[in-house]
Formats: sequence, structure tokens, C-alpha cells
Amino acid sequence: MKIAIPVNENNEQTTICPSFGRTPFYLIADTDSGERVIFDNTAANQAGGAGIAAAQSLVDRGVEAVISPRCGENAARVLSAAGIKMYKMQGDSVEENLKAFAEGALLALDDIHPGFHGPGGSGSRGGRE
Amino acid sequence: MKIAVLSGKAGTGKTLLSVNLAYVAKEATYVDCDVEEPNGHLYFKGSEDAKRTTVSRKFPVIDDGKCTSCRVCVDFCRFNALAMAGETVTLFDNVCHSCGGCAILCPSGAISEEDRSIGEVSDYRVGSVRVLSGKMNTGEAFGIPIIRTLFSRIDPSDGTVVVDCPPGSSCAVMESIRDADVCVLVAEPTIFGSHNLDMVARLAKLFDKQIGVVLNKYEEGRENPSEHYCEENGLPVFEKIPFDKDLGMHHSEARIAAQEEKRYAELFSGILGKANKAASGGVS
Repeated sequence: MKIAIPVNENNEQTTICPSFGRTPFYLIADTDSGERVIFDNTAANQAGGAGIAAAQSLVDRGVEAVISPRCGENAARVLSAAGIKMYKMQGDSVEENLKAFAEGALLALDDIHPGFHGPGGSGSRGGRE
Repeated sequence: MKIAVLSGKAGTGKTLLSVNLAYVAKEATYVDCDVEEPNGHLYFKGSEDAKRTTVSRKFPVIDDGKCTSCRVCVDFCRFNALAMAGETVTLFDNVCHSCGGCAILCPSGAISEEDRSIGEVSDYRVGSVRVLSGKMNTGEAFGIPIIRTLFSRIDPSDGTVVVDCPPGSSCAVMESIRDADVCVLVAEPTIFGSHNLDMVARLAKLFDKQIGVVLNKYEEGRENPSEHYCEENGLPVFEKIPFDKDLGMHHSEARIAAQEEKRYAELFSGILGKANKAASGGVS
């Protein structure tokens, strides 16, 4: 089973990134082979729809579960349409979270925020940008 | 002549300046481009009798029966408004720009387009001022088609055009200043205000516009970061509007100050004169 985690750095010691759609990297851990891959999140610099594009890239890589501190509603729609389960991160250690996942100790992620998208929004009333 | 009134944040005095400029201009068109929260109609009373027109834009409709999951549309959409999860394409209408590209490119004819209302434009007259006001439906995120509709209604015979822009420096503001002859930037006397002034000043420069600043809520002898900004960047100051309780009362009770008191009519006429001069290319 492939589990994706948004991470801050391209190395094994990296911590988890608080942003799902605009994280610089994703780590994918394959629980069957034990293999870990870290790759660039090419969606991070998109002007809009970053969460959608990022979620799409995980769908395309055959990910089945995501561990994240939070997730925007658009990304969550893509993930759930693809049957990918979302889990709430505990602490920011990749290792601890994978261990908790294996033990079935992670809770479902229900912190789905409305996102920061919206082309042409004012971005200046403290609202969406 | 088109005057765009803008500011980097809400609440600096765009509507105060816009409605008063339109009022003192006599023959004028006041255009409320702040389609998320239009408020100019509170000052130009009579909007309940306005002629209203619905503004729509096109959204793709995907026929799952015809879709072959080829992904051409998903890979094409530069706004990431389409995703392929499982066998079907999902549309995210809150990031769709209605470009129509997906419908053109779909090789199996599975995508058609459907008009959907996103807001309305109202058009009415108060004395010698024509009022054009846009309003976006709650929940919509993309008001530019409404702003374009507003501009398409302007008639050159309607006199001086005063554009009350949305706050900020986003796409909606760029659309609002596109045809302006002069950009009047309203700024507050705070560090935050000067930061926001910088945002819109850079935007107006980028569009190669004539620029003038109105320093609102101005107090003599008090530190004014926005005034410093103008000095440092060589921006002409059209006027300093005093921090004045009477003016504030008129405005907060939805009265046009220039209509109420001669001193305010003179204040705003002076600003209009400077804007006119700058718009015609003169040094202000």
C-alpha cells in the first residue's frame, strides 16, 4: 500500500509540511516493499488549483492513503473520488506517523478547509485570495 | 475621461471619493466594480427601480457516458479546474476560468458548455449621474465577467466615468483600471496603509497609468507613512482629506458629503480638477 505525506525537504530526516497542496515535496512510503520515494510537488507553484493538481499527481502514482495536517476541499474531493483515505497527522515526524498508521492509531482527517482559491478575488478583505 | 479610484485594502475611502467625484462632475457615470460588496447604491439612492441584467458565464458539462477517460481536457486545463479520479472527470467550477478549451479539445464530444448566472448588473440614473453597479452571487469566486459587462454598458455621452474599484491589486482590479486615463489611489495614514498604497502604486505603474494619491483621514503634524511613501517615490498628492467627524458622519449615514456642504463640494471638485489635468497628460 502506498502512503503519501507532504514533506518539507528532499531527505529522509524531513519533517511533515503543514500545507497539502503547496508542499514542496511528497514522500511516498510503500508498506509492502518498504521503499520510500521523495519527489517534487510540481503543483506547488501553480497560480491556482494547486491542491487539485497535487491530488491528481498522487492519484496518478497509485497512492491509497494520505497523512496530512489538513487538506483543502478541492484536493479532498479529488482524493475521495479516487478512494484515497485521508488521515490526520500526529506530530511532524514522518517515522512516528508511519508507525502510528501501521498500528491503526491515526484518525481520519476531518479538517477540510475551504481553501484559498478563487480567481479574481479581492484578497484584501481578509477573505479568500 | 475615465478615473479609476483604487486602494490596496478595503475601508480607505474609495467609495467616499468615488461617489463624491461623480456627484461634483455633474454629467458622470459612476461604475461600482466592487462586485463582491457593492455599496455605491447606498449613496445614489433609487437602485430598487434600476434596470437589471443577469450576467452569466459558461461552465463545462461533462457527459460521463461519452467520456473515454483520455485526459486530454485534464492535461490541457492550465487552471487545474479538471481532475481525473477513477474513470470520470471532476470539474472544479470555483477555479474554472470559462475559457472553453476543454470543450474544443475533447476528442469524443463529451464536453458541452452551459450558461450559469453569476450575478447581475443594475443601471439607473440619479440626477445627472448614471449609476452602473455590479453584484456577484454569493458563493461565486470570479467576478470579472460582471466587470466586463459593466464596462460594455458605458456610453461616451455619459460624461466623466468614475470607477469605484474592488480593493487590492488582483485580477478584478486590473480589469477595472484597464481603460482608465488616471488612477487615483486612496491611502490611509498608517504603515499598513502605506504598504497597501505601494501595492496599488506598483500596479498602476505597471499599467503605465497617470497616478495621483489622495491621503485620506489626514491629520496635520502627525506621522503619515503614506505621505512619506509619496515623497520617496515621487507620487503626486492630489489632496489631503482631513480626518473630519462631519465628513465621516455624512458618509457613514449614506449621504454624499459634496451634496450636503459646500466645503466638501469644493474639496472634491479640486480633486476632480487635478485628476482631469493628470488624465489629459498634464503634470499635476
